[in-house]
Amino acid sequence: MSRLRALTLKEMRQLWRDPSNWANGLALPALLIVLFGYGISLDTTNAPVAVVREDHSPAVADVLAGLQLSPYLSPRFVGSMKDAEALMASRSVDAILRVPSNFSAEFAAGHATVQVIVHGTDASTARIIQGYIAGALGQWSAHAADRALPNAAGAAGGIFGSVTVEERLWFNAANTSTWYLVPGLVVIIMTFLGAFLTSLVVAREWERGTLEALFVTPVRPVEILLAKLIPYFAVGMIGFAMCILAARFLFGVPLVGSTLLLILSSCLYMLVALGMGLLISSATKNQFLASQAALLLSFLPAVFLSGFLFDLHNVPMVVRVIGNAMPATHFLELIKTLLLAGNVWPVILRELAVLAAYAVILLGAATFVTRKRIA
Amino acid sequence: MGDFLYRVLAMIRKELRLTLKDPSSRIILFAPALVQSLLFGYGATYDLVSVPYAVLDQSRSRTSAALLARLDSTGVFHRVADLDRPAAVASIINSQTALMVVKIAPTLESDLFSGTDSPIQLLVDARNSTTAGSALSYVDSIVQAFNAEQRSSRGIAAPPLRIDARAWFNPNLETRWNIMPAMIAELSLLQTLLLSALCVAREREQGTFDQTLVTPLSPMEIMIGKALPPMMIGLIQSTIVLLVTRWWFHVPFSGSLVILYGGLVLFVLAGVGVGLSISALAANMQQAMQYTFFLVMPMTLLSGLATPVSTMPHILQIATLINPLRFGVDWARRVYLEGADLSTVGPDLVPLALIATITLPTAAWLFRNRLA
Repeated sequence: MSRLRALTLKEMRQLWRDPSNWANGLALPALLIVLFGYGISLDTTNAPVAVVREDHSPAVADVLAGLQLSPYLSPRFVGSMKDAEALMASRSVDAILRVPSNFSAEFAAGHATVQVIVHGTDASTARIIQGYIAGALGQWSAHAADRALPNAAGAAGGIFGSVTVEERLWFNAANTSTWYLVPGLVVIIMTFLGAFLTSLVVAREWERGTLEALFVTPVRPVEILLAKLIPYFAVGMIGFAMCILAARFLFGVPLVGSTLLLILSSCLYMLVALGMGLLISSATKNQFLASQAALLLSFLPAVFLSGFLFDLHNVPMVVRVIGNAMPATHFLELIKTLLLAGNVWPVILRELAVLAAYAVILLGAATFVTRKRIA
Repeated sequence: MGDFLYRVLAMIRKELRLTLKDPSSRIILFAPALVQSLLFGYGATYDLVSVPYAVLDQSRSRTSAALLARLDSTGVFHRVADLDRPAAVASIINSQTALMVVKIAPTLESDLFSGTDSPIQLLVDARNSTTAGSALSYVDSIVQAFNAEQRSSRGIAAPPLRIDARAWFNPNLETRWNIMPAMIAELSLLQTLLLSALCVAREREQGTFDQTLVTPLSPMEIMIGKALPPMMIGLIQSTIVLLVTRWWFHVPFSGSLVILYGGLVLFVLAGVGVGLSISALAANMQQAMQYTFFLVMPMTLLSGLATPVSTMPHILQIATLINPLRFGVDWARRVYLEGADLSTVGPDLVPLALIATITLPTAAWLFRNRLA
């Protein structure tokens, strides 16, 4: 026990005295919290839209009124299609709405067309803007049909109401991306600190031979591993605490589920991440390779394949299977459920079991690899 | 001049050999670019492809059946359950069996036939706000089409407005077309930065840098020799992504290769400047990697790769101006997708050149002063 304490103390000092650990252990999580919370957003508001009015009749003003009321769009009136295209080419506007010169004539005849052109480079924003414009114009058009053409409808002898859509967004009523980006941030930071940082540190000891120096002391391999795990576990949990506090108090993300479960699941995931880091470093025994492997096997999947940014429902089967094989995916599921939905036991128990299995396998493998080398 | 070239070439050869001598590091330098471009090409998507949903149809009428049939025929929404009581809604969304529940009131048909509007309720799991938003607007458009069809089949004039929608540069609005060209810049920066940050730090850690310093090479030659190999490897990785994007994912290349690579060279040069500065500041490899990572994360987030720069707060948009990746991503995307020529994307070169002219001399200065 005293050996373990001495070793842990040594590791803590080593961690403490390197300024780069401070940068990544504390400054990076803080920076990321600010960036994710305030910086990046997948929501589109006030998207600039160039409006080309080639028809100046009052009916057109009526159509465009709906557009101006929308909080999502900010129309900008331009003189000609050429001007609008120039604005779009320089990305000053994201879309062009063109009301052709024959609009009112066609409209009177009951079949007018407006043209919407979006800048497709940023596909998801373009899609959202298309939806907003269609929504703003569609509402107007449905009412106009009832207002302007009562006789026509009566003549045909039918009345028929419209189906409307009433939406209820669960777990994120305002549908802001912050609420789902911030839980994802917890996963990213813990993966980074656990897997990436740890694999670097331990690979360095392998590479420099200082681990072998430790092996010839009476210390047992399990003690060496534990002494490495404890300080990084602490750093990871500090990162976790920063994220959760920021989520709760800066961004108002509700913590619907149990706090105790949240802490428990994070501890479990921290062990998984550490296990992965140790395994990678023991397998590569080289700092450069370890960093690349940790990046590829732990960090990038946590960002791209966990469902953090991109929904796993929408990816091909193979990618979904790979995503589901990553522990980060399960932790993300767990933490999102606990923060936004509450104690949904079937999900929680399932994901906790998966994480526990990963922790046992990875830590076991890390111990095994380290032991074999000593024998 | 001949001597200069000879010495620089010797240095480059030594650096390349050092990086490529180890078979596992050879694999890890190039295989990841291939794997990542495939994974991200398939995995990084905001497109709505599959939405499992459940129905609580209290109307059980021909109209509701017709509406649901329309939903099912999209290929995107697939029904996983027909619920018979409102109490079942919560559990099916909570357990994530369904992303959305469509609730149709018993009065749907009678409302419609009496000429009043009838709402259907859409309960959406908004834990992922992007998917929720896209699903909502998709259902909206399906319902509008349904209304128009019902009305016209009853001889009522359809809404008098039609929207003719078109998209520039990406006709089907696929996320992949947006992400993959950006990855051309992202991967090359990641590699260039890491390799150049490590190259001096490694020598310093192993004590071989002193040996390099006593060779006839001048510090300038050493620096050029250290700078070029990471640039080459970075550009090769870009090329791998480019090939995958063009020939595997069939994203049409509209620009000119000369313009694309011209910009990329300046871009990786800026990256090398940053990397070498890190290298000069770091005491060992571990620090070099840590500082690199410390920079790469915010650079990636503030590059416009995954979320557009225009939705960031104003102050952060200003911060992106010192981020070489922002301009690299912009360059790769606009040249690749939009076929932009120098007159439109040329302004991106200015900040890149500035970053390179600041960081490279800084790195040189740091070398001289930290090593002397």
